[in-house]
Amino acid sequence: MSGIEHLLLGFQIAISPVNLLVAVIGIVLGTIIGVLPGLGGANGVALLLPLTFTMHPTTAIILLTCIYWGALFGGAITSILFNIPGEPWSVATTLDGHPLAKQGKGGQALTAAFTSSFVGAAFAIVLVSFFAQPLAELALRFGPPEFFAIQLLTFSSFIGLGGANPVKSLVSILIGFILAAVGLDTVTGKLRLTFGSIELMRGFSFIVAVIGLFGLAEIFLTVEEGLEFRGVTPRVRFRDILATWRELGAYWKTFLRSALIGFWMGFKPGGATPASFMSYGFARRFSRQREKFGTGVLEGVVAPETAAHAAGVAAMLPMITLGIPGSPTAAVMLGGLLIWGLQPGPMLFVEKPDFVWGLIASMYTGNVIGVLMVLFFVPAFAAILRIPFAILTPLIVFVCAIGAYAVGNSMVDVWYMVAFGVIGYVFKKLDYPLAPLVLALVLGDLAEGALRQSLIMSQGSLWIFFESPISAVITIAAMVFFSLPLLSPVLRRLRGGPTPTAVPSAGSH
Amino acid sequence: MRRADALCAIVLLAMAGTVGAEGVRLGLGWGSDGPQPGFFVFYLGLGLGLASAAVLGQALLLADPPLYRKRFVEPGQIGSVLRVLVPAAAMVLVTHWLGLYVAGAFYIGVYMRWIGRHSWPAIVGVALAIPVVTFLIFEVWFLVPMPKGPLEAYLGY
Repeated sequence: MSGIEHLLLGFQIAISPVNLLVAVIGIVLGTIIGVLPGLGGANGVALLLPLTFTMHPTTAIILLTCIYWGALFGGAITSILFNIPGEPWSVATTLDGHPLAKQGKGGQALTAAFTSSFVGAAFAIVLVSFFAQPLAELALRFGPPEFFAIQLLTFSSFIGLGGANPVKSLVSILIGFILAAVGLDTVTGKLRLTFGSIELMRGFSFIVAVIGLFGLAEIFLTVEEGLEFRGVTPRVRFRDILATWRELGAYWKTFLRSALIGFWMGFKPGGATPASFMSYGFARRFSRQREKFGTGVLEGVVAPETAAHAAGVAAMLPMITLGIPGSPTAAVMLGGLLIWGLQPGPMLFVEKPDFVWGLIASMYTGNVIGVLMVLFFVPAFAAILRIPFAILTPLIVFVCAIGAYAVGNSMVDVWYMVAFGVIGYVFKKLDYPLAPLVLALVLGDLAEGALRQSLIMSQGSLWIFFESPISAVITIAAMVFFSLPLLSPVLRRLRGGPTPTAVPSAGSH
Repeated sequence: MRRADALCAIVLLAMAGTVGAEGVRLGLGWGSDGPQPGFFVFYLGLGLGLASAAVLGQALLLADPPLYRKRFVEPGQIGSVLRVLVPAAAMVLVTHWLGLYVAGAFYIGVYMRWIGRHSWPAIVGVALAIPVVTFLIFEVWFLVPMPKGPLEAYLGY
């Protein structure tokens, strides 16, 4: 079957009444989750994962991806109206979005944000539809050395391109791998890092880690600023929407540039946050109204939102084709695949085409449903933050506890969640990025397995990673990324250029 | 902030030492059928040791990075954080005896009264409604079991 036929098959699945209903539910829940402080895409998906255990896998993945799209939309609402970036990649949206809202142009800002999100996502989805099949076919020929090389590339790009302190990114990655190694070693049957404790034998679930690190820790950081939320009341009139759309046509170059930046950065892990800032920076540099950026221009909302959504969609591509998630949210979905009994990776395209193409088609339907729903129901979603703080906070903590327990029916996991909350709080304050930790925790066993198999194939020689052309190229690219933090100051001095502006560390996505 | 950063690096160094030692205990050489179980673990510990030593070095030597211009926590902030953390931990503790739903009801009620100063009818309404709704969603509709206590047993669950 050709790609188009596959996609049509996918659409048949995605527009079935059940799946459309699930998409609507997912968008609503996702937007609520995106609006709530402390809850974002990754832990929203993690919290709802237990409810999908009994669902059909395709329906389940549609629910989870729609929660993700909804969370992306919801993040824009809080950034513009409340100046609270619900997600790290929404920080750039607050720069011009909140000033617009304060000038009474909240409706225009929200319309611009949602439209840009939609355009960015649509652009990336089309690219995903085209690239998924060839990439999966390429990946089918991969052996353990190639897979380990890709893992290496994944983590090296956090260090080289993540924007955070490179040494701290490395610490974060290594802690993730160490936590993943705790428990039974599946190859030799030995217990590792359990120190005689029965509780540690089960190891650490990354879902619990996500809920603690991104959920509880985020609440701790929010309450530091005081125990309340302040915002601007939104009013989106139909007239505003049409007027904004007319104005947005002039920014087609910004749309295209931002979507390309988003897709390119998003394909690599931790890309959405740097993509949103990079896109904002480029938009300002090329804009004719450069000096007005930061005071409330629509272009300053368009650029980061387009890029962030394009990146969010692009992060799904390595997840479905290679079995390597591009973001913590994709990582949680990958965990879901394993629980539903599916083996993530290129074989999915051969064994479960209905699942893969249903998922890709649902990206189209989900984003169309999403943009319509958020445009028409913004006031309802924004009203969530009017719920008193003293109800919202315990409610979020309570839901987090339920999510952590449901992973493995264990109270120990709930305590781990509390511990991860404290660790996440400390790490966030000290500027350790959390996304690489979660990704390493998810991929730990896979990475170790690929490394061991490669070494067995080569009788212990590391040269195996340079033997096949594919793995050699990927390994060398990974080594370049690893050494980038060391090289770039040298290069900069050679060129005599100025120091780069700091990019906030990549966070949950 | 500088002191907190250094302290955290020292804790990480200790963790690296423990992990490295575990790697040595499990064996990091070549077994009969490939790398021994401690191989990966040992190098993770070694890597963490080197990386956290580098963080410690940065914390002790760097002149004035932007991160250190703030304090780790302001005195007022830590109070706000603890007012969320301590009740949350208390709820988890109480769950061991009363189950999650009852513990959640108490937790939400106490929090609303203590932090929000809400009126008693509002407190009772919200603190009962949230656990009841979650009970219906998880136990009845989606059949995901949560920790239950004497009350649920009395009701026949």
